[in-house]
Amino acid sequence: MNHIAPGARAGIYHYDEIDRQFVAERVEQFRKQVDRRLSGELTEEEFKPIRLMNGLYLQLHAYMLRIAVPYGVMSATQLRKLSAIGRKYDRGYGHFTTRQNLQYNWIKLEDTPAILHELAEVDMHALQTSGNCVRNVTTDPFVGAAKDEVVDGRVYAEILRQWTTMHPEFTYLPRKFKIAISGAESDRAAVRIHDVGLLARRNEKGEPGFSFYVGGGLGRSPFVGKLVREWVAQEDFVAYLEAILRVYNQYGRRDNIYKARIKILVHELGLEKFTQEVEEEFARLRGPKYRLDPEIVEGIRKHFAPPPFEELPDHSESLERARAADPAFANWLAVNVAEHKAPGYAIATVSLKPAGGIPGDATCDQMDLVADLAERHSFGELRVTHVQNLVLAHVKKDELYDLWKQLDAAGLGSANAGLIGDIIACPGLDYCALANARSIPLAQAISARFADPLRQRTIGELGIKISGCINACGHHHVGAIGILGVDKKGTEYYQITVGGDPTLTTAIGDILGPAVTETEAVDAIEAIVDVYLANRSDESERFIDTLKRVGHAPFKERIYAAD
Amino acid sequence: MSAKDRSKEGSMKAITANRLRDGEVVFLGEGGRWVESFAEAALFPRAEADAVLAPAKEKAEREQFAVDIYTFEVVEQDGVPVPATMRERIRTAGPTVRLDLGKQAA
Repeated sequence: MNHIAPGARAGIYHYDEIDRQFVAERVEQFRKQVDRRLSGELTEEEFKPIRLMNGLYLQLHAYMLRIAVPYGVMSATQLRKLSAIGRKYDRGYGHFTTRQNLQYNWIKLEDTPAILHELAEVDMHALQTSGNCVRNVTTDPFVGAAKDEVVDGRVYAEILRQWTTMHPEFTYLPRKFKIAISGAESDRAAVRIHDVGLLARRNEKGEPGFSFYVGGGLGRSPFVGKLVREWVAQEDFVAYLEAILRVYNQYGRRDNIYKARIKILVHELGLEKFTQEVEEEFARLRGPKYRLDPEIVEGIRKHFAPPPFEELPDHSESLERARAADPAFANWLAVNVAEHKAPGYAIATVSLKPAGGIPGDATCDQMDLVADLAERHSFGELRVTHVQNLVLAHVKKDELYDLWKQLDAAGLGSANAGLIGDIIACPGLDYCALANARSIPLAQAISARFADPLRQRTIGELGIKISGCINACGHHHVGAIGILGVDKKGTEYYQITVGGDPTLTTAIGDILGPAVTETEAVDAIEAIVDVYLANRSDESERFIDTLKRVGHAPFKERIYAAD
Repeated sequence: MSAKDRSKEGSMKAITANRLRDGEVVFLGEGGRWVESFAEAALFPRAEADAVLAPAKEKAEREQFAVDIYTFEVVEQDGVPVPATMRERIRTAGPTVRLDLGKQAA
C-alpha cells in the first residue's frame, strides 16, 4: 500500500497487518470457492450466498460487483485503482451509489478473484456490501472539513467497521443492516432513514456522545427512525449498538423477508417495548468488556488527523476576481462550494449529474482526472456522497477556479448540487434484476428539461429521487419530489410523491395521484415546479415549505386537471 | 426453424439464462445449443415451452454452463419476434441508456 505518504496528505485510515492478512485470506478463500463453483463442486444454491458475501450479484446483463468505500472516503490512489479495474475488467466506467459505494456492471465471475486481489493491493474490498450483515457504514461527505461539524464521524464509522467485520453474531442477521453517522449540525447523511441513525454530539463538558435513532428505512414499508436514546456516552457506543443488534437478532422476523428489517420490529413491538428490551440488554452488556477504550478511539482518530493546512486569510482576492469575470464559475461557486472550517479553504462538490447524463456514472478517464485533482488540490483524498456525487473536501479558495475549469472541461463542472438537476436515480430496469421500470431515462429527461443552470438556481433547493422498484434504492420516499417506477401490464408508469425530506426534519412523501407515463412524468414535474414558483411567498421559500403551506391541491389540480 | 419463422405460428416462448462463468445473457437455440443472440433463439409454442425447459435446465446446471434459466414470452412486432416485456427486451439488446454496450453494440 503506497497511498499513505507522510506529509501533504489528508488522514485516511490505513490498514494494519491484521486487516491486510484478513482481506488477503478472504480473496484466496473466494478464489477457491469460484474454482469449486466452476468445476461443479458447489451448486448455485450453495454458491449464491457466498458470492453475495463478496459483493457479487447477478444482474440483467452480467455480474455486478459492489465495492465498499468505507464511509465514502478514499484516497486518490484507491480511485485510480477503481478506474484501472473499470478499464481492465469492465466497460470503462463505474456507478457511484446511494450507499457511497461503487458498482461495476459488466463483471465476469471468472475475473472476480483477480479483481478482489487488485483491490486488496490498495486496502479495498467488497465485504459487507451485500448479505444480511452490517453494511458499509455511511457518514457525512463533508466530514473532517465542514464548518458546522461537532464530531468527526469517520472515527466512529471506522470503529464500527472493525467491530462488525466478521462479527459472528452479526453475519447472519434477519436482514441487511445499515448504519449512518452524522456529526454536524446539518444532516448530510440522511441518518433517520437508516436501520440505526447516529447523531454525534458533545455535552456541556465537550465530551462526545450519540443520539440513537432506530428503525428508519425506505423500501416497501417506509419508516422514519425513532429516537431510542437521546444520549449514549462514547464509552458505551459499541455496547449500546450491540444491545440493539442483539434485540434485533432475537426478535427480528426471519420467517418473512418483507417483515425482516428492524423497522418492522420497532413498529410491531412499539417504541416503548423495543426501547425497554434494548435497555435491559444494554444493562446486561455494560461493563469493562464492552467499554470503548478512549485510547482506541484516539488511536483511530490519529489516522484522520487534519491535513497540513496552510495558514491563509479567509478572503481570496484571486477567487473574487474569477467570480467577477466568469459567471458560469460564479454560479458553480454559489451552488457547489461549501464553507470549510479552515480559513482560506473550501469544500467542492463534483457533480456526476451533467444535464441529460446518467446520475452517478463516471468514466474511468473522469475517475483518473478526479484522482489527479484530488492529489493536486485536496491532499490526495476524496469522498463519495449518498447523492451520487464526489467531493473534494479541502481545496484552497485560491485554487477553486483552476479546479473548476479542469472539472468543467471533463463534463464534471455542473453547478447543480442540491438543485433540481441533482437527481438520485437507481440503476433501474436498464441494469437491475429487481427493477420494474427504468429510472435513468427519466432522470436524463428531467435533467435535460431543466438544463439551464440559472433556471435551476431560480427554482432553488429541490431534490428529485427516482427508484425503479419499491425497494427504493433511489430514495424516492424522501425526495421533495419522489418518483417510483411501476409496471402496469408490461408498460412502465411512474408514481409521483411530494414532500419527502431526507434531513433531520425527515419526512416520507405523499402520493400525489395516479401513476403517469414517462412522457407525462417529465411534464408533470415541470407543472409541479411551475405551481411552486407561482405560489411561493418569496424566493427564499423552499419547495417543501411552499408545499406545506399551500397543500397538495394546487399541484394535483394542475397535473390531473384533464382527468 | 429460426425465431422469425416460428413466432408467426402464434404465442411463443423462448428460453434464456445467464452463462455461469461470465454472466452473459444466452438463449436456447436449435438442437439444445446455447446461443448469445436472440435472433438465433429457438421459439416454442407456449404449451411446449415448460417441457423443453426442464431438461435444458437440468443439463445446463449439471454442466455448470448457465444459471437463472427460465422461459419468457415472445410477440411479433412488424413481422419480427421480440420479447414481450421491457425487461427481456433490455436483456436481449443492452441498456437503453447506453447503446454502445451490450449485445446491441456488437
